[in-house]
Amino acid sequence: MWLELTTVDVALGGRTIVRGASGKVSAGELVVIVGPNGAGKTTLIRALAGLVPVAAGAVRCFGRDPRTADRRALAADLAYLPQNYALAFPFRVEDVVLLGRYARQKGLGLASADDLAVARAAMAACDVAELTDRRFDELSGGEARRVILAQAMCQGARCLLLDEPTAGLDPAHARGVFARLRDHCDGGGAAVVVTHDLDLALRYGSAMWLVANGALAAKGPPRDVLASAATRAAFQLEIHLGTLPDGQPFAVPV
Amino acid sequence: MSGFAGRAGARLTGRRLAVLVIASMIACALVAVLAPMIGVTPNRTGWHLDLIGPSALAPGSLDHAILMVRLPRVLASLVTGAALAGAGCALQALLRNPLAEPFTLGISSGASLGAVLAIRFGAERLLGEGGVGLGALAGAVATLVAIWRLAQVGRQLPAVTLILAGVAISMFCAAATVLVQYTSDFSDVEHMLGWMMGGLDAVRLGWVELATPPIVGGLAVLALYGKEMNALAAGTEAAASVGVAVGRTQLVLFGVSSLLVGSAIAVVGPIGFIGLVVPHALRSLVGADHRALVVTSAFGGAIVLAICDTLARTIIPSNHLPTGAVTAVLGVPFFFAILVANKRGVA
Repeated sequence: MWLELTTVDVALGGRTIVRGASGKVSAGELVVIVGPNGAGKTTLIRALAGLVPVAAGAVRCFGRDPRTADRRALAADLAYLPQNYALAFPFRVEDVVLLGRYARQKGLGLASADDLAVARAAMAACDVAELTDRRFDELSGGEARRVILAQAMCQGARCLLLDEPTAGLDPAHARGVFARLRDHCDGGGAAVVVTHDLDLALRYGSAMWLVANGALAAKGPPRDVLASAATRAAFQLEIHLGTLPDGQPFAVPV
Repeated sequence: MSGFAGRAGARLTGRRLAVLVIASMIACALVAVLAPMIGVTPNRTGWHLDLIGPSALAPGSLDHAILMVRLPRVLASLVTGAALAGAGCALQALLRNPLAEPFTLGISSGASLGAVLAIRFGAERLLGEGGVGLGALAGAVATLVAIWRLAQVGRQLPAVTLILAGVAISMFCAAATVLVQYTSDFSDVEHMLGWMMGGLDAVRLGWVELATPPIVGGLAVLALYGKEMNALAAGTEAAASVGVAVGRTQLVLFGVSSLLVGSAIAVVGPIGFIGLVVPHALRSLVGADHRALVVTSAFGGAIVLAICDTLARTIIPSNHLPTGAVTAVLGVPFFFAILVANKRGVA
């Protein structure tokens, strides 16, 4: 078991954001977390990344408590893409991607040939290769998002935790992101992805967790979760599930 | 929007870093050789430039005597300029704020209070003439500990909390300094004001010798933390996610910066502005990468403070100006120029 949540409560600023969350992620899985705004999705994924203290229950990442584990060692197993990423200084795009190689660097941390090769592959995969020498703070929102995704991918972690990786992306790039994640999981990795893109979640997810009012209201195959009464209640919307002429499923809120 | 001018530059390679370091060293060496040669002496008709040449290296000559007078303050300006700019760069990374500098944290206010208290209670009579410097160092360290305790929320240190703590401590120390001055003898107050203006007139070679090892050591540590500073530029969570031991890194950077600032202030008084402008200006020249920025800032700070101090003692021949005032008077327009250029240059 790579990631394991056991009846986890998370309280921030005196308010309980996540309560009683339990779940498991193992190799090969692409878990999509869906739920309305403010339901606790981000807090849940941050608890998995060991970035918020747990008030009750336990989080295990590759057998360790991510709150107390050595971050450098953890970085080889776990990469986290935050919802918001802002740099205080005008770094180049390539430098931002190479930050993902931190845990493998020693001394001054100048990029090795290996670091560069991995970073370039990640940048090509995220379609940001032509942005290499641009300033990160001058990119569009969608471009910046893809650059950070490249950073998370070039970290070389087995498990990716991504908080809304497709926010602000055009449809083709959003789909490309999920296709890359599918490849990563098919290649023996795993990913946990918070998203509002229910259609892509249905097509690419291997499991779906629905978060409503801080609790995991439903878990299971994406199709079953999207069709459940819990999803309808959480979003206060009907999700129409159908099949395209080529046999692909689709999901549309109605 | 971003407030930074200039191209993004190129990726930092070992070769590029070596070129930057060697170029900085050459520039710094040039200033170190030229600055003590330049001086002015007042005479009946006004003043004349008083250049000393290689003969100054011969002991016993008049030029040698002049060199021995000028050398301590040139060395002091080089060493403390490097410390202030290097610490400024590290604190900017730590606070994720390009406008942060040693003074933003209140370290210098604490040092000033320490120095003023040392004067008020006669530390110089008890500890010799280094007593004021020791008071300043103690004030800087006490401020550091207080800010650290105030700002620590959980295991990490939110930048906003740190800045607020710094502001609060600055205000407290400024008020306390006024109270101490109010209850002091007139002659002590004059001494206090002189010290607080930041000057190198009274610098002794012995103080420079004492301050140099911690400053050089501290700068060497900062140079090795370039990649951590880069990661911290994205915030503590993003830095932790890529593998940075955030708590330990913050402690090291904060501790080393305070040691640098404390040592510098103990020698030359609260000279502001070097820690703010030098890293800021260099960022548009060498790029944002802290692996190059910290080292070049240290050399740049040494060069800038040595030049400012040379100006301070030569602009008005009969009177040495307070160096801290010169750095501010020259630096503020320069700083505005950077801000204006950035506004125009960045689309």
